[in-house]
Amino acid sequence: MCGVCGCGAGEVRIEEGEADVLRPGAYRPVTGRSGAAFVPGRKGGQEGERTRRLRVERDILATNDAEAGANRRWLAARRTLALNLVSSPGAGKTSLLVRTVEALRGRMPLAVIEGDQQTSFDAERIRATGVPAVQINTGKGCHLDARMVGRVLPGLLPAEGAVLFIENVGNLVCPAAFDLGEAAKVVVLSVTEGDDKPLKYPDMFAAAGLMLLNKIDLLPYVDFDVERAIGFARRINPRLEVLQVSARTGAGLDAWLVWLEARGREAGRAGGPLAAGQEAPRSCC
Amino acid sequence: MHEMSLAESIREIVDDARKQNPFVRVRTIVLALGELAAVEPDSLRFCFEAVMTGGPAEGAELRIEEVPGQGYCPACASSVALHALYDACPACGAYGVEVTGGNRMQVLELEVE
Repeated sequence: MCGVCGCGAGEVRIEEGEADVLRPGAYRPVTGRSGAAFVPGRKGGQEGERTRRLRVERDILATNDAEAGANRRWLAARRTLALNLVSSPGAGKTSLLVRTVEALRGRMPLAVIEGDQQTSFDAERIRATGVPAVQINTGKGCHLDARMVGRVLPGLLPAEGAVLFIENVGNLVCPAAFDLGEAAKVVVLSVTEGDDKPLKYPDMFAAAGLMLLNKIDLLPYVDFDVERAIGFARRINPRLEVLQVSARTGAGLDAWLVWLEARGREAGRAGGPLAAGQEAPRSCC
Repeated sequence: MHEMSLAESIREIVDDARKQNPFVRVRTIVLALGELAAVEPDSLRFCFEAVMTGGPAEGAELRIEEVPGQGYCPACASSVALHALYDACPACGAYGVEVTGGNRMQVLELEVE
């Protein structure tokens, strides 16, 4: 387990509603020990007769980026707008999603992927609205990655022209680095947090296309300075769009729905059937 | 931040290289790590040792070559050395410097036997 954030793989669990599918060890199999003997703990030395150099030059995040690219092409072929919702735990992502899908249901096809370390509580909340949802439990992992999303896409199969919401694990740090194939990251910041968070966790605000400032109904009771928070966020990301909302009262949600419909239309115009040679994501192992 | 995932990606790169050019073990892994890549080298080393245990790169030396950060400031139209993401431009003090280099992480080379 990682000494920084507890992140690790190998414990991913997917829950698709009807059947609770547990596939321990199926995800990212660990490569076995080599058949030849070697001496653990021996440190490397100068290149000698027995050693050779292999030039590799591969980006460390290339695997994730390649799988994210496959997801993006698969989604574009179905004219689907995918949004990656990120925030700290407790900023109100799920409540906002429930309000959003309730408002959009019937106007466009919708689908949701929920990411959490444990439980399928969030997917159940979404399914209660009648919208299909898949839960990914990351176990020790602190973020969703493109492979996890690629595994569930064929089963979820959003309809043509759908909006797919991917609710990431509540974590303002690690999900910033992992492209899932989304059209944009939407960062949710709530006014019960510090207004200096954009400077404290800058990577996420730099990676986002839209910031939803949530829980604005609580502004009279907290010391959150809206202008200061937006100023800090735009210092990190001058092009960041900002909308102020309350998932609880519904304030500001109309502007968010207008934003979604506009982006959905863009995705519909830009997308289309796969060109020859473009691969779809692999279905589940 | 997510150094465990990065260490696992390095292991996959080693496994792929081994399929193409079979070897018994890895002595040294050379990484190019951008100054702005948001990776803690100490944390990466810790995770690297944990992830490589039991495989051909167990006990391998992890050699990290740091690539300096570079940016372009649209406000004063100059290319600048950038030591931290989101810092103000060292030439004119404006924010919004665009990163032009030193934000990647690459496995450059393996020394194998």
